[in-house]
Amino acid sequence: MARFAAEDRVRIATGYPLGHCRTPWYARGQTGVIERHCGDFPNPEELAYGRDGLPAVPLYRVRLGIDAIWPDRSDADRPDADRPGADTLEVEIFEHWLTAAEEF
Amino acid sequence: MHDHHHPHPDQPDEEDGPLNEYRLMEIALRELLIEKNVISQTELNQLYLKMDERGPQAGAAMIAKAWCDPHYRGLMRRDATQAAREIGLDPTWLNLIAVENTPALHNVVVCTLCSCYPWPLLGLPPDWYKSRSYRANVVRTPRDVLREFGTVLPDAVEVRVHDSSADMRYLVMPMRPDNTDGWDEAALAKLITRDSMIGVTQALAP
Repeated sequence: MARFAAEDRVRIATGYPLGHCRTPWYARGQTGVIERHCGDFPNPEELAYGRDGLPAVPLYRVRLGIDAIWPDRSDADRPDADRPGADTLEVEIFEHWLTAAEEF
Repeated sequence: MHDHHHPHPDQPDEEDGPLNEYRLMEIALRELLIEKNVISQTELNQLYLKMDERGPQAGAAMIAKAWCDPHYRGLMRRDATQAAREIGLDPTWLNLIAVENTPALHNVVVCTLCSCYPWPLLGLPPDWYKSRSYRANVVRTPRDVLREFGTVLPDAVEVRVHDSSADMRYLVMPMRPDNTDGWDEAALAKLITRDSMIGVTQALAP
């Protein structure tokens, strides 16, 4: 049963576990919004060691703000960071890396 | 006859470089498999040809069909994997998401962790897609990277980068170019390049 649904705000964990994982470093610690639940897939952190990765883990697409990840970046003609329509990055994250983000 | 006093550039042939561990492993394994009749050189050559022949035809066909057929376009939005099956592809492992460019939104795809790519639709990925330079820069400064491909977007357009970090694969649906009214799918498909389906360029103008 998937914990999250589209539009939920989530925080990506900041762990640095040993072994293979599919959570890019730029995404760790970021807060974003669920774009969709993609389905449930075998855990790649287990598959990497020849195990079957089951039970399958819910996989989500999470929308992040590029300016939130890299506040000092300079990119030609980009919209202002705090404007709707600022540049975004959508990345696939497994459920065990996600917690519900508090609304401030 | 005259003497040359200038140095000639020395461009080494491929064989002049050091043989690294992985190349050695590949050669050893391939030669063993052939020697033990597990596979023949002819079969291997046929496989190489098949891989080289694959190109972006399937992806372009899907986009052209979506441009012409509102029902298929809806399917691309809802279930792009099923849309791929409907044009005759049957990649059992493919989980496809089609991301649609609009006048307000431009999409571009990357795999920062490795080089995941929808190769059943686009063929083999170009070297630049697999490069650390592309993978590191397009997530952080996508507009600068797009400029390197000749694509300039005003700040009124949102740029959205898709990192295929896990099981999904992505196909960008470029916008249909102007002055193509009444064109059939085959003609439209010729405007839809591999680079436009990765998202670093728009489709070609007629």
